[in-house]
Amino acid sequence: MRHLMNPLDFTTGELDSLFDLANDIEKNPSKYAHACEGKKLATCFYEPSTRTRLSFESAMLSLGGQVIGFSDAGSSSASKGESVADTIRVISCFADICAMRHPKEGAPMVAAERSGIPVINAGDGGHQHPTQTLTDLLTIRSLKGRLGNFTIGLCGDLKFGRTVHSLINALVRYPNIHFYFISPPELRVPDYITDMLKEKKIVYKEVIRLEECMPMLDLLYMTRVQRERFFNEEDYVRLKDFYILNTPKMAMAKKDMLVLHPLPRVNEISVEVDDDPRAVYFKQVQYGVYVRMALILTLLEIQV
Amino acid sequence: MLNVGKIEEGYVLDHIEAGKSLSIYHHLQLDKLDCMVAIIRNARSNKMGKKDILKVECDINTLDLDVLAFIDHSITVNVIKDGELIDKKDLVLPKKIKNIIKCKNPRCITSIEQGLPHIFVLSDEKAEIYRCKYCEEKYNESF
Repeated sequence: MRHLMNPLDFTTGELDSLFDLANDIEKNPSKYAHACEGKKLATCFYEPSTRTRLSFESAMLSLGGQVIGFSDAGSSSASKGESVADTIRVISCFADICAMRHPKEGAPMVAAERSGIPVINAGDGGHQHPTQTLTDLLTIRSLKGRLGNFTIGLCGDLKFGRTVHSLINALVRYPNIHFYFISPPELRVPDYITDMLKEKKIVYKEVIRLEECMPMLDLLYMTRVQRERFFNEEDYVRLKDFYILNTPKMAMAKKDMLVLHPLPRVNEISVEVDDDPRAVYFKQVQYGVYVRMALILTLLEIQV
Repeated sequence: MLNVGKIEEGYVLDHIEAGKSLSIYHHLQLDKLDCMVAIIRNARSNKMGKKDILKVECDINTLDLDVLAFIDHSITVNVIKDGELIDKKDLVLPKKIKNIIKCKNPRCITSIEQGLPHIFVLSDEKAEIYRCKYCEEKYNESF
């Protein structure tokens, strides 16, 4: 039985198979419409995340399966003090696979250690968010036609943004990728990431302003400055508007540069950018459903 | 000069940084063993100025010395059998340490989950970096 805790749990070869499956689902959705009949997905969300939860639910329903679960800790037995280890043992009796989001880092790993069913980490604090990373990789591979040989800029909250950390860790396994990290000094990528890049001799540059690197980018990954990751309101208010992507900045970019965003956005991408064909963040959401469908099939070992 | 006699079988842990012997005593869980232990603190040392020494009279297969490498590489481990020095052990960093140090990341699941062991994994042998198994936070305080 396999779980997904970290994008690195799958080799690049396994990811290729997963993405091939996702692309086949995209082309032939009806072929998979009954693949999970009789199977149940438990969405155990200890903190609210409508988007990720609905994506998982949509994925399971599109496969003909059913969904049970809770959407915040208050409506689960966690509010009575039940441990994650106990909760997953109980959930294992109710469902065939579990997607877990938890504010505490490592909670899905604790669940996986005790679980009788596959567990998918649907986001654990500021740590990992592997299905977002799979979504990002599938979007890049489907729309760019390759994973590797490009320059990517990651912009915004690079310190607390778990999607960014997961994506960097996943991308370093592909050849010839250069990184630009665009953030205020307060929100730079953590040392353990830059240490890893140095060790692997991967080229990266940290810049303060988007304009410094726009013309060089093949991909721009925007993130929001998340209020809940700050310890005080003043810091949040001071930093949140630093990095806004708008039409003048897009004019500096390559004609085939793609803009990705894990969503939800607040104001870091002006709505005027939405009409630009290079803005693919809503397509990315659709790829998120396809990749979760492929993941559920893979972890349940269902072949169609 | 304080004199502590020879041991017949066991370990002499030498060149312990002065003041750390009690900590090592606890981490080797010597308090749980029914054996004779001599703790010598602030002994004179040509190399270190002052040092601590631990002499433990026990079966030489009893102790798990992996933790010593994590605490301090420079400790000399002398293995004694029949009153004679038979080996000097090389300390090797353990791949994993359990319940020796605690994860201090307030966002880590270990901060709330009952009964969950604090496990750190050696993530970079060269730089001697240990990370929490669950949240991957680096342990960066000196022992």
